[in-house]
Amino acid sequence: MCGIVGLYLKDPDLRGQLGSMFAPMLTEMTDRGPDSAGFAVFRDSGNGASKICAYDPNHTHDWQQIAASMSLDLGQTVTADRCASHVLLHAASDTTRLQAALTTHAPNVGVMSAGTTLEIYKEIGLPADVMDRFGVPQMAGSHMIGHTRMATESAVTTEGAHPFSTGQDLCLVHNGSLSNHNVLKRKLQRDAGLTFQTENDSEVAAGYLTWQMQQGASLHEALEAAIRDLDGFYTFTVGTKDGFAVLRDPIACKPAIMAETDQWVVMASEFRALARLPGIEKATLWEPKPATVYSWGHA
Amino acid sequence: MTRSIDLTDGNVRALNTVLQRRDGNQDQAFEVLNPMGRHAIAAGCMHGLDVQVRGHVGYYCGGMNELANITVQGNAGTGLAENMMSGSVRVTGDASQSAGATGCGGLLVIEGNASSRCGISMKGIDIVVQGSVGHNSAFMAQAGRLVICGDADDGLGDSIYEAQIYVRGTAHGLGVDCVEKKMTAAHVADLQALLDQAGVSAKAGDFRRYGSARTLYNFKIDNVGAY
Repeated sequence: MCGIVGLYLKDPDLRGQLGSMFAPMLTEMTDRGPDSAGFAVFRDSGNGASKICAYDPNHTHDWQQIAASMSLDLGQTVTADRCASHVLLHAASDTTRLQAALTTHAPNVGVMSAGTTLEIYKEIGLPADVMDRFGVPQMAGSHMIGHTRMATESAVTTEGAHPFSTGQDLCLVHNGSLSNHNVLKRKLQRDAGLTFQTENDSEVAAGYLTWQMQQGASLHEALEAAIRDLDGFYTFTVGTKDGFAVLRDPIACKPAIMAETDQWVVMASEFRALARLPGIEKATLWEPKPATVYSWGHA
Repeated sequence: MTRSIDLTDGNVRALNTVLQRRDGNQDQAFEVLNPMGRHAIAAGCMHGLDVQVRGHVGYYCGGMNELANITVQGNAGTGLAENMMSGSVRVTGDASQSAGATGCGGLLVIEGNASSRCGISMKGIDIVVQGSVGHNSAFMAQAGRLVICGDADDGLGDSIYEAQIYVRGTAHGLGVDCVEKKMTAAHVADLQALLDQAGVSAKAGDFRRYGSARTLYNFKIDNVGAY
């Protein structure tokens, strides 16, 4: 089943409330996906700094040592801040160089996200518990997308939870299942040199969008191409550095509702996720049409 | 006197226990406040009650309804009035997919738009949509009438049996074995009576009629009374 939600703030004055607006939305989707939860928060760390969200649940790495070694490599200070099972690495460096330094000094560590604004956190467990561990209600930023998972295609693991990111500052949450992900994955590995961390179909969809955008497509254009190339059931919500988009497949079995005011735009699998959102009573509400891309920001 | 039930922190099972009179009450009129998009609101009603739901509802609102007259002042999620037997359900806003699915009787009025699969497998229900409907509406529809004052997306009436479809706007694509049929004076009168009953101000003469070409299933004229 799975539940997905997304919140994109148009009014910068609301950025301090991003997490507190988002958390009740994702919690309300617990019935649709109680086995794991995850979310992406987009927040600019300023000065063009890069960040990587790494996964180290068992504290097997000495992150202060790794950060010190990476700092020497890059000639810039790298900081490592633990957030529950994840570690956020920051540096005033190019993202690709920061990733290369991490690969050198912690080659086996899982990477959830990399970029200048994107941070991804995900875990097994009830959505409210997962969000508590990461302090979601206190988070500030410009937009968030999230997912509550009821696993169908692959195992209940942290790696199998959403969002999925296969490129810098781009990630996706998915409700549905894809039927041509194996053939598409081989094509992306062969033709685009993309690597995948899981057997999950949704990661392939994220990889597909990364590949399209590497070739110069906008997010909007990449999603229009996805209607042609992806086979299966899907409602996607996608976040980029400064964009937000929603797409449903042409059959549109998987639910979605959207709402917009002057201050924000939101999507959710069901209206009840939006029912307590401040200002919802004045919002324009609609069900996104099949095979139609909806996008905001620089998408 | 209208009895109010607030769902802000209440639960739907308790509400439906009251609406189904399982607690022995004999109240006739109810209003449901703050439905919060919850599922199965006013499902399984079995008595001639009046229920006003003030706000948006989730899935399966008014499902299996018998005799009750239910109005939703807002939008409805998937499966509105699913398998309704009698009575009426009205929404003042939009309805999501599969509105009126498998309905056997009663009247469903959607004042806004309905999305995909409206009236899927309907079995005798009358559905009047003041706006437009999404794709594959009246899929495998067996009996009853689906009236669309706006347009219909692709695949209208796919694999239809003996249900009647009326469209005032444009049918963007007919499904397999669904064809346009002649609108006789009897059909105009029949449709006008339904529009009037639904409280929709439209002229029956402005509609086109669609139904089964009867080439996909084994239609036998001897069985026509069964629909």
